[in-house]
Amino acid sequence: MSVASPVLGAFAADRDALDLLASRRLASCNFAVAIAAFGLGALMAVMQALARADLPVWFSSPAVYYLSVTAHGVLMALVFTTFFIMGLGYLLMRRAFGGLEWETLGWVSFWTAVFGTVMTTLAILSGTSTVLYTFYPPLEAHPTFYIGATLLVVGSWLWCAVMIRTWLVWRRTHQEPMPLAAHGILTTVVIWVLATSGLAAEVLGQLIPWSLGWVETIDPIVARTWFWWFGHPLTYFWLVPAYVVWYTILPRVAGGLLFSDKLGRVVFVMFILFSTPVGFHHQFVDPGVHAGWKLVHTFTTYAILYPSLVTAFTIIASLEVAGRMRGGKGLFGWLRTLPWRDPLFSGVALAMLTFAIGGFGGAINAAYAMNTVVHNTAWIQGHFHLTVGTAVTLTFMGATYWFLPKLTGRRLALRPLATWQPYVWFGGMMLFSLTSHATGLMGQPRRVFSSSYFGDEVAGSWRLLTGMSAAGGVVLFVSSLMFLAVVVATWRWGRPVTEAAELEIEFAAALDPLPERRPVWDRIGLWALIAVVLVIAAYAKPIYDLLSLERYGSLPFRPF
Amino acid sequence: MHVDLYERIWMWAASAMIALFLAVVAFSAATQAVHPPGEVETIDPLQVRIQGEFAAPGVHRGPGGETTVVVVAEMFRFEPSVIRVPAGEKVTFRVTSPDVLHGFQVVGTNANVMVAPGYVSEFSLTFPEPGEHLVVCNEYCGLSHHLMSGKLIVEEAR
Repeated sequence: MSVASPVLGAFAADRDALDLLASRRLASCNFAVAIAAFGLGALMAVMQALARADLPVWFSSPAVYYLSVTAHGVLMALVFTTFFIMGLGYLLMRRAFGGLEWETLGWVSFWTAVFGTVMTTLAILSGTSTVLYTFYPPLEAHPTFYIGATLLVVGSWLWCAVMIRTWLVWRRTHQEPMPLAAHGILTTVVIWVLATSGLAAEVLGQLIPWSLGWVETIDPIVARTWFWWFGHPLTYFWLVPAYVVWYTILPRVAGGLLFSDKLGRVVFVMFILFSTPVGFHHQFVDPGVHAGWKLVHTFTTYAILYPSLVTAFTIIASLEVAGRMRGGKGLFGWLRTLPWRDPLFSGVALAMLTFAIGGFGGAINAAYAMNTVVHNTAWIQGHFHLTVGTAVTLTFMGATYWFLPKLTGRRLALRPLATWQPYVWFGGMMLFSLTSHATGLMGQPRRVFSSSYFGDEVAGSWRLLTGMSAAGGVVLFVSSLMFLAVVVATWRWGRPVTEAAELEIEFAAALDPLPERRPVWDRIGLWALIAVVLVIAAYAKPIYDLLSLERYGSLPFRPF
Repeated sequence: MHVDLYERIWMWAASAMIALFLAVVAFSAATQAVHPPGEVETIDPLQVRIQGEFAAPGVHRGPGGETTVVVVAEMFRFEPSVIRVPAGEKVTFRVTSPDVLHGFQVVGTNANVMVAPGYVSEFSLTFPEPGEHLVVCNEYCGLSHHLMSGKLIVEEAR
């Protein structure tokens, strides 16, 4: 009996195709939450941009501004990314290993994370938790803010369990190297577990008992240390899945081959090793942490630059291979033959270009003499909107255009919008971010409702550029609406795909031959163990020193 | 492990660049004493305004002629709100907070430090030129965070 489907149209009878779509439901649900969170986060962003530029808009008040900063940060940096990465993990691991283990646990993960997200979002929107997404104590949010965030993380841990279990089961019967995409997703899992161990110490050990009144005081520097144990590897939790798209999907969409599969694995292993023992570079100007440890973390921070530099070569070389396979000639002629109208390709290409700028900004932030000039200025917001806000986000948007037909069985709708959306995002972000870098160097602090400072002359000199950055924010909002329109239109009204091949997920083939037996780079457990040793070496002594000080805790404050 | 020649060259170049960055940091730390602030000193936030140096914030001159600026950063002001320091001399800042986290940033200079309740932040700096600078809080501290500011006036050397 054929199964009628309004979606699959021409090959509605194809049972396999329907099964394929059904098997991707878990991924689809995670992506749907991610994109919904993105939409709400984008609305918060445009409100902030207009308020910050001192424009007389009706919603412009300190309470609304700081609430929108909190909501934007949490929804974009924590909710959108986490759900998107979980969705990508399900989609790619299923393809890489031919199935998922413990899928029911995946659904438990999903609903736990959704429940936590709703709880935290309500806490923020109620105005009782305007603590920004860094939630530094002794600013105290409503307990449901912390508990909801914890449930989101617990949900993501269950996702980690599904990923690890799927890999272990596959490994029992396979001696060959695992697909590179799976290697990257498992790298993401290891980074996330390492990162969130610090977050758990802060939230479970300090924030929740304190916000419930079980303990009276909290140590803000200990909390910051745990937070940044989490906060920097968090950025690689975002970035490595984007790299997975660059390494394993982009070269194929571009019509070429991956230049080096092997180096991809080396790069991922380096991220496992060095992403966590670096957190003090966020605390260069903190009291309570000895300058010597800040120097140690400076060294590890520069080490983490290396895998991204290797990636830059491998991916650009892969694109050159693609460009030449498409008939491109000459030193740079191959660039022109690349599929610049394909939104996955253009999204990722622009994301990479942006990451080159953002990466060098990061190298500047890591040098503590220069960090002093930019710490907590608008430069920082400029920096991370290039990295997570574009290198990662634009890659995820491009990936959305790529997988949407494979999840819905419908072809991309509003194609011209999809084609232009990455370029609009890139333009808006350059305007927003470069002006933020500039005003940061001029001394403008980040996260301020207004920076007029009672008519101060120097503060007045920031005004024009701040206005331009607000204009960039509006352009970004337009680009966000274009993205959301394409997603919704495809999901609701897209024309059904007609060939089963359109539903297939194909990874890029590599130029270099794969070894027959699993290489040392595939020993994720071993690398994770070494990473744990490095984290202990970087953190045990300074945390012990902090805890042995004669410390006076802080009472809670709610100045909002 | 076989790696393409050009890629090997690139990888060595990347290593050299990172080594150079680190060498600059290490060299300036070793020869020019460029260090991040790393004061490890605790204080009871409830006693800040009651006893000790922070009960009387201001610009103090030590017996050896050295200048120490004692600042309390609190919701939503700095005390003293106008700081006067001499040009061309080393000035030591000691800052703490009786309430939440704050930032102490002197716009247009290298003075930029986190201020945390329970801890004393300390750093030293020389302001080469006379002039007036805006002081801002750069760590979110509540709904009037953007109003928390002051002035630092660098005066002609005595």
